[in-house]
Amino acid sequence: MTDKTKITLTVNGTGHAIDVAPRKTLADALREDCGLTGTHLGCEHGVCGACTITVDGAPVRSCLMFAVQAEGADIRTVEGLANGPDLSPLQQFFIEEHALQCGFCTPGFLMLIDGTLKQSPDITDDELTEILSSNLCRCTGYRNIIRAARRALDHARTTTEPAA
Amino acid sequence: MTLVGTSLPRIEDRKLITGHGRYLDDIKAPGGLHAAFLRSPYAHASIRETDLSAALAMPGVVAIYTAADLAALLPGGDRLATGLPSSAIAFPLDRPILPARETVFVGEPLALVVATTRAEAEDAAEAIEMDMDPLPVAATLADAVAEGAPPAHLDAPHNKLAQFGFDYGNVDAAFADAAHIVQGTYEIDRGGAHSLEGRGVLAAPDPIGGRLAIWSSTQTPHALKRHLCRLLDMAEDTVTVTAPDLGGGFGPKLVTYPEEIAIAATARALGRPVRWVEDRREHFLSACQEREQLWQAEMAVDAEGHILGVRGTLIHDHGAWTARGLNVPYASGMMLPLMYDVPAYRLDICVAVTNRVPVTPVRGAGQPQATYVMERLLDAAARATGLTREEIRRRNLVTPDRMPCPRPLLLRSGLPVVLDSGDYPATQAAALEASDWAGFEARREAARKDGRRLGIGLANYVEGTGRGPYETVTVRVARDGRIKVNTGAAAMGQGVGTVLVQIVGSHLGADPSRIDLTLGDTAEPYGFGGFNSRQTVVAGASAEAAAKTVRAKVLKVAAHIMDLPTDGLEIDGDRVVIKGSNSGRSLTLAEIAGAAEGLPGYRLPGIDVPGLMATERVVIDGMAFANGCLVAEVEVDVETGLVRVERLELAHDCGRMVNPVMVDGQIMGGLAHGLGNALYEKMVFDEENQPLTGSFADYLMVTAAEMPPVGIVHSETPSPINALGLKGVGESGVIPTAAAIASAVEDALKDLGVTIDTAPLTPAALRAAIVAAEAST
Ligand code: FES
Ligand code: FES
Repeated sequence: MTDKTKITLTVNGTGHAIDVAPRKTLADALREDCGLTGTHLGCEHGVCGACTITVDGAPVRSCLMFAVQAEGADIRTVEGLANGPDLSPLQQFFIEEHALQCGFCTPGFLMLIDGTLKQSPDITDDELTEILSSNLCRCTGYRNIIRAARRALDHARTTTEPAA
Repeated sequence: MTLVGTSLPRIEDRKLITGHGRYLDDIKAPGGLHAAFLRSPYAHASIRETDLSAALAMPGVVAIYTAADLAALLPGGDRLATGLPSSAIAFPLDRPILPARETVFVGEPLALVVATTRAEAEDAAEAIEMDMDPLPVAATLADAVAEGAPPAHLDAPHNKLAQFGFDYGNVDAAFADAAHIVQGTYEIDRGGAHSLEGRGVLAAPDPIGGRLAIWSSTQTPHALKRHLCRLLDMAEDTVTVTAPDLGGGFGPKLVTYPEEIAIAATARALGRPVRWVEDRREHFLSACQEREQLWQAEMAVDAEGHILGVRGTLIHDHGAWTARGLNVPYASGMMLPLMYDVPAYRLDICVAVTNRVPVTPVRGAGQPQATYVMERLLDAAARATGLTREEIRRRNLVTPDRMPCPRPLLLRSGLPVVLDSGDYPATQAAALEASDWAGFEARREAARKDGRRLGIGLANYVEGTGRGPYETVTVRVARDGRIKVNTGAAAMGQGVGTVLVQIVGSHLGADPSRIDLTLGDTAEPYGFGGFNSRQTVVAGASAEAAAKTVRAKVLKVAAHIMDLPTDGLEIDGDRVVIKGSNSGRSLTLAEIAGAAEGLPGYRLPGIDVPGLMATERVVIDGMAFANGCLVAEVEVDVETGLVRVERLELAHDCGRMVNPVMVDGQIMGGLAHGLGNALYEKMVFDEENQPLTGSFADYLMVTAAEMPPVGIVHSETPSPINALGLKGVGESGVIPTAAAIASAVEDALKDLGVTIDTAPLTPAALRAAIVAAEAST
């Protein structure tokens, strides 16, 4: 059980050579072994979505995936969204729309939306709401998150410029 | 320039949005150990033998503590006295850190394993063999207070922890003279707070200095420090408690928990950092919950719909231990008649001990239940009198000409309740207008043609905010000219830091980037923390006072140096300048702070007390009452009992707003929680009080898909009881929601004569109500 495996995780473009037990989840490996604590755990049973990251572009619940399964994949977390001091348009819209309060669910929502932006930027409002309903937030009542996500989708479709 | 009233972007956002927040589990503790608790599988059982041998042999295990082991580490006692005092309490129920002989709820911590990793600690906790004999439990709240009920604690005489009430006016005469009497039995269920981040604590001893540093995801670091010092018998200056970024609080994190004490004690004993982070299942089983109440109530009205009296009984689920006191049922009883003219009122409250997780405030704290009951009674009275629902309310609401309006009720401090300000009828009118209440019948008709059944409902509420007595705020201009604000107020994710920056900044240069905040500061000996929608009001009042004092000092020193009158100067950003002059003459705050410190052998520059610093603890005894009116429009499916909320329109008044966008955010979050209470969130227990809802898969939280569009109309009637005219708003959204939705569902089904008297109104519950109505016609 404590036998560890050496793996390399590629997170936000950077390789992390780590030793993990086979039962270690990707979420725990990111937080504990890669030092990336922006990914949060809200339920550890795959329902709340706080741990959402993208793996090869698709949103994934990192509490439901083992670290060893992610070797070789392109893993993206909230820490990789901003470009140095420049926030991504999505992050900027979250601030402008007051789409976060305690911020605990926020990385999961950002990565869920980021994955959606890349996979299916043309979705309707109803489809967007449906996608967002896979993550939980106790603070905001969601409406501002929906607004920020909508702006990010529209922005992604209409421009390649970063948000002002 | 004032920043109060502007929607300043939150100072908290940037680090949170980039993944650089620092929540409890993000804090590194090199060499640290991990803890897991063995939790009771029984709602009530006596504890016999414990065999640790198998668990101790598990990999990674460093130590295991049972109740006896832990008691030895707690020279100041092994119980947590966290209850607020009340003479109505019949017997003490202070919770043990770990119980030795008897466990009284499923999830109660019984033993603690410390191991190298969390997984190892959890594995070993499972391997502890604890021999227990199950004891009888009362299955429901009503059973718990019935004659001959099995006591929730073996040595307790019965389960009636407290019987108290409210009584004024001649209630029986009011009912004798009434043109109409309406009544109901109302059942509100138990739910959780479910901050997305659970509880957690990290304790790191410094064996050389003999100090202990604690980080806890708590709303009240000061309270935790007090308990730690007492139970560990440590001096105040050897313990620091820090609340890192909180992933939400919503009530349960306001009480000090056994886990926090146990982790601190074991870390100290082992001389190494120990961490425990609650998982969701533990949150379901052991974080405090609220809401379950059983009401029987009736209302007497005259022929014109004026309320003559309200009377009834309330059984309140207290859970297994006294973790906060009688504040929740007290708030319920006090709130019920508060905003309407109720000339006579009698409520008998019975607080029932049950074999369930202790009950303490969850966002709303007893107020949603009382609002539910009062508003349900008013809907019934409207039917009885033939008045519309809005008209009967209008006739009974306290009117603005009577503000401030003393009520024949007392706060728990014994002071009379005074509604401080507000125009309740105007707020209701604003909600009706915003929701196009008058146009609803046309919408109903149009929907009916499409085979859809719509309903509309409303509920008024007041929210008691700004619980005193005070919060400490220290404002200081540091030597480098930066403004330091330290306070006992604690952040739990709602942005109180931004609020204080706006208030302080308004007096000291209006540049938020120059202000450094320390929240939840336990180096300051006096403080409380976050609960009861209090911090903007009470910390805001102290911040305002402290900032003004410091401003006056800054200007005096500057005037002295510049040889100008103080009223010719102003603070702009990082410097003091001459009003209306472009001479370019100015002094930086850093220069002024340096001068204000004084020089050996010289007189202070224009001030009597050195330094640019002020500490204020503005005492506010009364409460600031926010008010509002919520209109809900719903669609109901009669066949399935499914309710869909189409729209929520809230008109409200929380006094002067510091940050309107943040006010909207608080309201929206509260509405979502209230929507959960109205339709979805329900802790389900079996006959043995075993929780059946232990994950988000079976306890349903509102998601983006259920949350309807929300309209919010603000009005701002300043509160006269604090200098800025503020009122709290953190719990506003949650209070009227279940009541307004119940009203709307009843309206949608009015042709069927269905009465709604439960929350949450699950599809099964609504179907049962529909079937019952069909059977009785
Ligand atoms: S922590 Fe992964 S879904 Fe909740
Ligand atoms: S912002 Fe707190 S849970 Fe979403």
